[in-house]
Amino acid sequence: MADTVGEITPAGEDPSRRDFIHVAALAAAAGAVGSVVWPLVDQMNPSGDMLALASLEFDLSKVADGSEVTIKWRGKPVFVRKRTPAEIAKAKADDNADLKDPAKDADRHKPGKAEWLILIGSCTHLGCVPTFGGGDWGGWFCPCHGSHYDTAGRIRKGPAPKNLALPEYAFLSDTKVKIG
Amino acid sequence: MSGHSTYEPKTGFTRWLDSRLPIIRLGYDSFVDYPTPKNLNYWYTFGGILSLCLMTQIVTGIILAMHYVPHVDHAFNSVEHIMRDVNHGWLIRYVHANGASMFLFAVYMHMFRGLYYGSYKAPREVLWILGCVIYLLMMATAFMGYVLPWGQMSFHGAVVITNLLGAFPVVGESITTWLWGGFAVDNPTLNRFFSLHFLMPFMIAGVVILHVWALHVTGQNNPSGIDPKSKEDTVPFTPYATVKDGFAMVLFLILFSVFVFFQPNAMGHADNYIPANPLVTPAHIVPEWYFLPFYAILRAVPDKLGGALLMFGAIGVLFVLPWLDTSKVKSLRYRPTARVFFFLFVLTCLVLGWCGGELPDNMVFQVGSTASGDPIGLNFVWLSRIAAAYYFAYFLVVMPVLGLVETPDAVPDSISASILNHSAEKKG
Repeated sequence: MADTVGEITPAGEDPSRRDFIHVAALAAAAGAVGSVVWPLVDQMNPSGDMLALASLEFDLSKVADGSEVTIKWRGKPVFVRKRTPAEIAKAKADDNADLKDPAKDADRHKPGKAEWLILIGSCTHLGCVPTFGGGDWGGWFCPCHGSHYDTAGRIRKGPAPKNLALPEYAFLSDTKVKIG
Repeated sequence: MSGHSTYEPKTGFTRWLDSRLPIIRLGYDSFVDYPTPKNLNYWYTFGGILSLCLMTQIVTGIILAMHYVPHVDHAFNSVEHIMRDVNHGWLIRYVHANGASMFLFAVYMHMFRGLYYGSYKAPREVLWILGCVIYLLMMATAFMGYVLPWGQMSFHGAVVITNLLGAFPVVGESITTWLWGGFAVDNPTLNRFFSLHFLMPFMIAGVVILHVWALHVTGQNNPSGIDPKSKEDTVPFTPYATVKDGFAMVLFLILFSVFVFFQPNAMGHADNYIPANPLVTPAHIVPEWYFLPFYAILRAVPDKLGGALLMFGAIGVLFVLPWLDTSKVKSLRYRPTARVFFFLFVLTCLVLGWCGGELPDNMVFQVGSTASGDPIGLNFVWLSRIAAAYYFAYFLVVMPVLGLVETPDAVPDSISASILNHSAEKKG
């Protein structure tokens, strides 16, 4: 029946129709596999209750001048620091220094609230919790791999690539802040 | 290597079974009649020791899983419950915890032996790569197992290692969130690590079967690096290899017992007996000893992504090793120059391990101080940079170049000839 050598479709059948069936079957199979695999992969992403715990209110009157309170937000530490005028002055003075991740001190706090520095207390290198008071810039020092942050939480030395991250937050009143 | 089978079923039942499922024949051909090179030394006993380690870890691990609770509120206490209340719980947990170290110790011996005698070279490339896969799975299993007690080191170790994946551009953050099941290492992370820690040993067992299969296709390498040419060059697996492996296992178990019964926490870290606190990182965070060399490579690079890539590269380079070594001679016994570089490499691995356990800014030695009081000398960051450079140079420069330029010693014609030469040299 076959009149051409190498002809794979039997005579009398439309090759494009056969191709269409192959492509359609493969596409359906790929879609089916994808729709089965996706739930198996996506189940590992944060669950609904984890996402629901995303905001927190905090009473600032508990924090004395020049001290810091660490609170847990989304499983991570958040530093709420009431900076002294000396710390603020030091941070401002370094606004134009050679910074790895350039940022002005004014952009690190809410307008008119220079004393309140609220940061995610997780080193941007590998996530350890830096401690205040160590390091060469009077800010935070990460004990794991030696990253130094200044009094505005900006990275100054060490392997961390970025400044300590700022969480989303808003002042509800002078003594109350909502994080997240 | 495995020629035709010489197994002859002797009873009615074994004849009946043999024609239906020749499983006794498989065991006989693989572990009794199987020809092994007659010059295998004690460095070749670690394969058997490693199977013993895997079985020990699986048995003790399944028992521990009967008493352990994978929840952030209960994990730490359930481990203490195992230690104090469960009958023989202390023994089973110490065997499991020290067993991990013994397992990794044996695998490093096994790998260095493979490097020295050229066991990765043709035709054993697939055998070697399967071994690398096992090593990778072992590291993942060990890491996840260390997280389960939910102490300070468990928690912050998990934070640091999972954050490594965050170093990758664009997708890094979604990968870590996906891995954590949240925005930080938390209960979902612990729960899934427990599940995976339970699964992975069985994956290892699967790859071990492939590893042994590949071994039995190509036959074992041996200290001379010459493949057996006649029956003269081999002895049957039983009793020769079984007895030698068995004796080595006894010695290994003595060492194992010294740790379990007399120094059970020698290889652990005291901070891991403090319950995990996500708000405070221990002042000196170090991984288990078997990860220290890689940790040193990670810290040697002042860039986050670069450090992570180099650390993974240090393991990745092992996979392509069979194609990096250009030498025609397998065993370093006949390559005196290569031998010097090899022992320098072993030393480098030990130095990297030392660096990994020290703080980066600590001084190895000090020659003076600057005006501002900063020490001048060699600190551990720089020592690990030098060592990491040699680690990679050994694989990427020494191996390809040396194979082309060196003049190896004369290689004997056969295993038997190598043994005769050896004893003649000793007498002469």
